[in-house]
Amino acid sequence: MKKYMFLSIAGMFITMLVNAQSQYKAGDIASDFSLKNVSGEMVSLSQFNDAKGFIVAFWCNTCPFVKKYDQRLQDLHAKYASKGYPVIAINSNDKNVQPGDSYEEMQKAAKNKKYAFKYLYDETQEVARKYGATNTPHVYILTKKDGKLFVEYVGAIDNNADDASAADKKYVEDAVNSLLSGEKVSVAGTKAIGCGIKWKKV
Amino acid sequence: MRIILAVLLSLTLGLVTLQAQKIEKIGVPELEKILSSPDNVLHVVNFWATWCAPCVTELPYFEKLAKEYKSGDVKFVLVSLDFPSQIDSKLIPFLKKNKITLDVKVMTDLDYNSWIEKVDANWQGNIPSTLFFNNARGVKYFHPSEVTEKELKGIINKYIVVY
Repeated sequence: MKKYMFLSIAGMFITMLVNAQSQYKAGDIASDFSLKNVSGEMVSLSQFNDAKGFIVAFWCNTCPFVKKYDQRLQDLHAKYASKGYPVIAINSNDKNVQPGDSYEEMQKAAKNKKYAFKYLYDETQEVARKYGATNTPHVYILTKKDGKLFVEYVGAIDNNADDASAADKKYVEDAVNSLLSGEKVSVAGTKAIGCGIKWKKV
Repeated sequence: MRIILAVLLSLTLGLVTLQAQKIEKIGVPELEKILSSPDNVLHVVNFWATWCAPCVTELPYFEKLAKEYKSGDVKFVLVSLDFPSQIDSKLIPFLKKNKITLDVKVMTDLDYNSWIEKVDANWQGNIPSTLFFNNARGVKYFHPSEVTEKELKGIINKYIVVY
């Protein structure tokens, strides 16, 4: 009995530690991962030999904010993949909490919307926890330097979720443009409003 | 005849408008005004949206507790982050359906990073989040996640001042 109590207390403690883990910010070194793409293959950032970096976007099928940004994420990939910064979208939502975000639904969404970027399933939610993602959309721009992945920007895509043409601060585009021209990113962090990531019920 | 019809029509329209939930659109200056209210009242400002499931779950607790306290002791405001383009199509029907009578304001400034930190320096922009304050007494507590009815009542009872 005592043993079980100890175990459950230890378990609680570990859960608290995981929850307390703060999010990556500019300057941090990001971890690579291996996640299943909608096509079935496993994808790691280390596989992209030609990439200079990545636009990692915590994403899903169901959030109204994500839907508002859907075309914009596709545009970012179209504009920057060839320049060395492909978009990598990751869905970390628990399918029991949000059935519309299951792997099968991701496959359907990617097909319907003709996603040209990788759309990965973070079923264990480990990547979202490690990166400290809280919302969808939540974007992390990474650059490769000396075999490591450095975080350059964390936050929102731009400053108008409702209307792309009314956005006058394009955080992600500005940051990638700065990196491509060898300059420092001027805004390295913003708050990303959106739907909370649907964590597994413990 | 035409004039009578026109009068009847405008009267009918007027009545419909009167019945509808009064919704105020606000921007950063109006938000700042709410946040700096000098009156000796516990202000409970809840940030939510119709598309946010946990927000929708907790709304009835606010509605219920608002009836349990005197308006001179606690003042509730629901600040909606629904898109301004969806006020008529989504927000108003939702409020009617769920019989929400509290004061609802819609934040129309979508440049979130220009105002999130005015609410609380550590807020990440996640909703639901609720701010409790009484500026006359220098009381401020920010709750950046959902609440149960019991939690909400507990927080209000902790910060309320009843004479």
